[in-house]
Amino acid sequence: MAETLYLITLFPLLGFLINGLAGRWLSEKQSGYIASLAVLGSFLVSAQLLLAFLALPAEERLLTQTLFSWIPVGDLNIQVGYRFDPLSAVMALVVSGVGLLIHIYSIGYMQGDPGVRRYFSFLNLFTFMMLNLVLADNLVLMFLGWEGVGLCSYLLIGFWFEDEAKARAGMKAFIVNRIGDAGFIVALILLYHQFGTLSISEIAQAAPGAQIGRGFFTATTLLMFLGAVGKSAQIPLYVWLPDAMAGPTPVSALIHAATMVTAGVYLIARNSVLFSLAPATMSIVAVIGIITAFFAATIAITQNDIKKVLAYSTISQLGYMFTAVGVGAFSAGIFHLMTHAFFKGLLFLGAGSVIHGLKGEQDLRSMGGLKEQLPTTHWTMLVGVMAIAGIPGLSGFFSKDEILWAAFSRHEGFSWLWLAGIVTAGITAFYMFRLFFRTFYGKAAWQEAGYQPHESPSVMTIPLVLLAFLSILGGYVGIPAALGGVNQFHHFLEPVLAVYPGVGAAAVQHPSQGLELLLMGVSTVVVLGGIYYAYRVYVQQPTLADDLAQRMGLLHRLSFNKYFVDEAYHLLIVRPFQALAEGLWKWFDIQVVDGAVNGSGHAIARISGAIRRIQSGLIQHYASIILLGVIFILIYLYID
Amino acid sequence: MDWLAQHLLTLIIFLPTVGAGVILLLREAQRGLIRRVALGTSLVTFVLSYFIFKGFEAGDAFQYVEQVPWIPNFGISYQVGIDGISLLLVMLTTFITPITILSAFNAVRQRVKGFMVALLVMETAMLGVFAALDIFLFYIFWEAMLIPMYFIIGVWGGENRLYASIKFVLFTMLGSLLMLVAIFALYSQGNAQLEYYTTSYLELTTLKLSPMTQTWMFLAFALSFAIKVPLFPFHTWLPDAHVEAPTPGSVILAAILLKMGGYGFLRYCLPLFPEAAVRFTPLIVVLAVVGIIYGALMAMVQPDMKKLVAYSSVSHLGFVVLGIFALSLQSVSGGIIQMVNHGLSTGALFLLVGMIYERTHTRQIADYGGLAGLMPRYAAVFLIVTLASIGLPGLNGFVGEFLIIVGSFNTQPVAAIVAVVGVILSAIYLLWLVHRVFFGQPAVALSGIGETGKGPKLPDLTSREWAVMLPVLGMVIILGVYPQPFLKRIEPSVTTLVNTYWQATAPAGIDQADVEIIDENKGNK
Repeated sequence: MAETLYLITLFPLLGFLINGLAGRWLSEKQSGYIASLAVLGSFLVSAQLLLAFLALPAEERLLTQTLFSWIPVGDLNIQVGYRFDPLSAVMALVVSGVGLLIHIYSIGYMQGDPGVRRYFSFLNLFTFMMLNLVLADNLVLMFLGWEGVGLCSYLLIGFWFEDEAKARAGMKAFIVNRIGDAGFIVALILLYHQFGTLSISEIAQAAPGAQIGRGFFTATTLLMFLGAVGKSAQIPLYVWLPDAMAGPTPVSALIHAATMVTAGVYLIARNSVLFSLAPATMSIVAVIGIITAFFAATIAITQNDIKKVLAYSTISQLGYMFTAVGVGAFSAGIFHLMTHAFFKGLLFLGAGSVIHGLKGEQDLRSMGGLKEQLPTTHWTMLVGVMAIAGIPGLSGFFSKDEILWAAFSRHEGFSWLWLAGIVTAGITAFYMFRLFFRTFYGKAAWQEAGYQPHESPSVMTIPLVLLAFLSILGGYVGIPAALGGVNQFHHFLEPVLAVYPGVGAAAVQHPSQGLELLLMGVSTVVVLGGIYYAYRVYVQQPTLADDLAQRMGLLHRLSFNKYFVDEAYHLLIVRPFQALAEGLWKWFDIQVVDGAVNGSGHAIARISGAIRRIQSGLIQHYASIILLGVIFILIYLYID
Repeated sequence: MDWLAQHLLTLIIFLPTVGAGVILLLREAQRGLIRRVALGTSLVTFVLSYFIFKGFEAGDAFQYVEQVPWIPNFGISYQVGIDGISLLLVMLTTFITPITILSAFNAVRQRVKGFMVALLVMETAMLGVFAALDIFLFYIFWEAMLIPMYFIIGVWGGENRLYASIKFVLFTMLGSLLMLVAIFALYSQGNAQLEYYTTSYLELTTLKLSPMTQTWMFLAFALSFAIKVPLFPFHTWLPDAHVEAPTPGSVILAAILLKMGGYGFLRYCLPLFPEAAVRFTPLIVVLAVVGIIYGALMAMVQPDMKKLVAYSSVSHLGFVVLGIFALSLQSVSGGIIQMVNHGLSTGALFLLVGMIYERTHTRQIADYGGLAGLMPRYAAVFLIVTLASIGLPGLNGFVGEFLIIVGSFNTQPVAAIVAVVGVILSAIYLLWLVHRVFFGQPAVALSGIGETGKGPKLPDLTSREWAVMLPVLGMVIILGVYPQPFLKRIEPSVTTLVNTYWQATAPAGIDQADVEIIDENKGNK
């Protein structure tokens, strides 16, 4: 069974090579089909392995395959080897499954773009790298995937590179990510130094019993988390993700919502043993997560670009996932990762469908009343916003409430994490329905702009419908005990995740299902309140929005301008850095270092110029100098 | 056949000079033939060297050794041989030279004969440096490299070529003259201890030198190598030399000549003067790390593409020196692999800059923009090479950087972590270069119809240019994905080097068993 593991990554690699090298001989359609087939191949193999897994007892669910030695030097032996266990199975299925739908959607969305072959080759390369990331059995191969997806993100954000701003957004993403990656690399070094291996499972085995101080684990996991903060766009490195919306919308759906940006969460879950040994790091992860969730949500309220709203919402949702893993509820984090991939993928593709219908318009103020024109997009997006808001019965409800419950029970009773999470959930419901209402209801602003919106072709709407079903049903694999379920998802992942002391039901003194139900009720009320408020402001009384903006004054301006964080970074970091380099070059390198070189050259020239005068060529001079010399020697001999 | 096998190394070293001799017999007007002879000679040299690579048996002993008495009265002999370390650099030389010659078909259109002769003589000298096992022979080859390079910059160079070529020669001479003094001192020490005169490398490495003697000799050798690398602050000759040199000159300079420094440290400084090396390691490591950061910062603000690439070399070679002086199996292996990597990717960058310069006659980054729309294939190749240089996993640069950083941490933890910052910086300056040159709307001066009225002003890569780039791209990927054949060949030599070093420098009173423990702790990690 394990022998087929390599096929999961091989298919997209082939797709990349075919489209990348032979793309010019392919028609636009063929290019899209080949790319989609490649991902379908990965999906089928992963699905088949998963089904085989379900038939096995939990402790036997592990497949490994080593392909070859990549970097062998002495006792360091980095191999290209894959590990398929429940966690990587979930990830591989999400990546290839959602990826497949987005590939198919792209066939319609990218139709007529001159760079479509390049597009599909990059998309396949991304899938290849992402699958390497999730299947890697050692941290170096994982880092290959990690950097590889970053590369594809760079290439696809700047896909329309003729637009300088878009290309710049890609560059920004890569560089900001590199800062996080540096943390990842240092973590690798420390781990290798300590354990003499970089195999994920060997480290996980050795770590708990090792005689190592807490400080080591705290440092290592914090460095890893720095990598996660970059890739998963958390404070303070989130600034690249909103700009990344410059890429084609399916790219935003695949890379910047469903898969790549969740890699940070996966990284922590994959190394849950290490993180469990570093409670200090865990707290930091949870706190950064919840702050990011809240902070990004407050920005999303006021954004007018439909994709920017979704981008900030992604940052916010990723914050939830970090809160989950930070309180030790690793499986809840992965659960939300999966449901988020469904509904956020859906929302982005829906937004893409709207943008497609409006010939590239992304501003919510130019939309409105599109319900009739885009019926399928309308109802699928309704499912999406309901799922992300957390309406009971949809996938987001189950995963979000599992996180909130974990946060609540973590500190044995009331927890501000939970409160912040509930508030954020309310804000989320508000801004997502704001987006929904402003797109599909109210005044049809597009009429003035002269657009003639149309529903997207079925190659685009079918993926929407499928994702809508997943957004509804995806949650039913993890129904909590409080609602009469058994949370199969949690039990499926349990064998490969660490148990963090004091998590979940066990942590609460008297685990009470009643309490859990009560909390669910609270969050549902808050969410419904948020939705109602959005309805009032954007449907019932459209003038209310401007009034509110006026009244909120400063707060509105801060949110609208994203708290001026980009500007602050530019002023405090980018500019001084450039000035330093410039100054160092013009003053130090040219004046001091090279000045010394040229100076000594000139000095030698001057000295030799002076000495040269001795060689006057006049016999009298030479004769008198010889005479002088003879006299000196005689005197010397005499004294001696 | 046996004879051939026994003299294969000598054949490889001198075949290029034979080719140069043939070219001398031709007339300048027979350009086509001159070029074909030059390319053919270098290709045959490469094929022969590939047999050495194939036939090289894993082990730390020197192989393909040949020894012929040369000036027996002084104990000087012609002695050559290679171990894993020199093997890779010999291969790099024979691989890059034909590519350079092919690129010169376009880049050099005047005095072709002289240029090809200079390049081929250069190849002999470079191969000689890597293969010499006699310190006198080594010095001869070392100095012999200077002459063709001086002419390549001084005759075929840019506007300011005289300043650059003289700066290059003076800088290098300063180092090598001190090295010559140290060689004489070593020679007399050898006579004093062995009671006969010898210049054989293998015999000289057995000498026991007093700490004071080691210090002076180490400094003399190290200065020479530090200038070649170039180690900060001895680097200012490099940007000037690169900017003025013609494309093939820059390629040879970056790809191979700079490696002489790293090779010199490995072959001479460490084995001959281990105790002095210990003393100076902190200083050299600091300079290497400063070079990594400093070179990257300089590269960031250069307005000229060639200068940018030149300063990036300072940064990348800082990694190499760090790896070498961290003295662990992984870090030194990484350093050697990184020398090869740098040769490939920086060589390729200079080739690519040369290709675009031939079309536009400007190297100022500000003159460019939107090139990706006009020359998509050129852009793709440029991007791949850039990514290799940035150290993206899957391409060659990562393997070297990773080994250096992981390997250095045991002995030089702070330096290793600072070096990681260099990894961030390299992404900044190179991607920013790519951004300014390739993205955005095409600069007005670049688009449109060519002067002849036919075809675009900037045609994409020609088939000859593909022929230049494809081998490099191939190696960039092979070394990135499957470096094993290369790593395996250097491992025994590096193991011996590292072990000898830690044994020689172990404090007195510690017996062999303890030394082995030290090896395990420091050497093998």
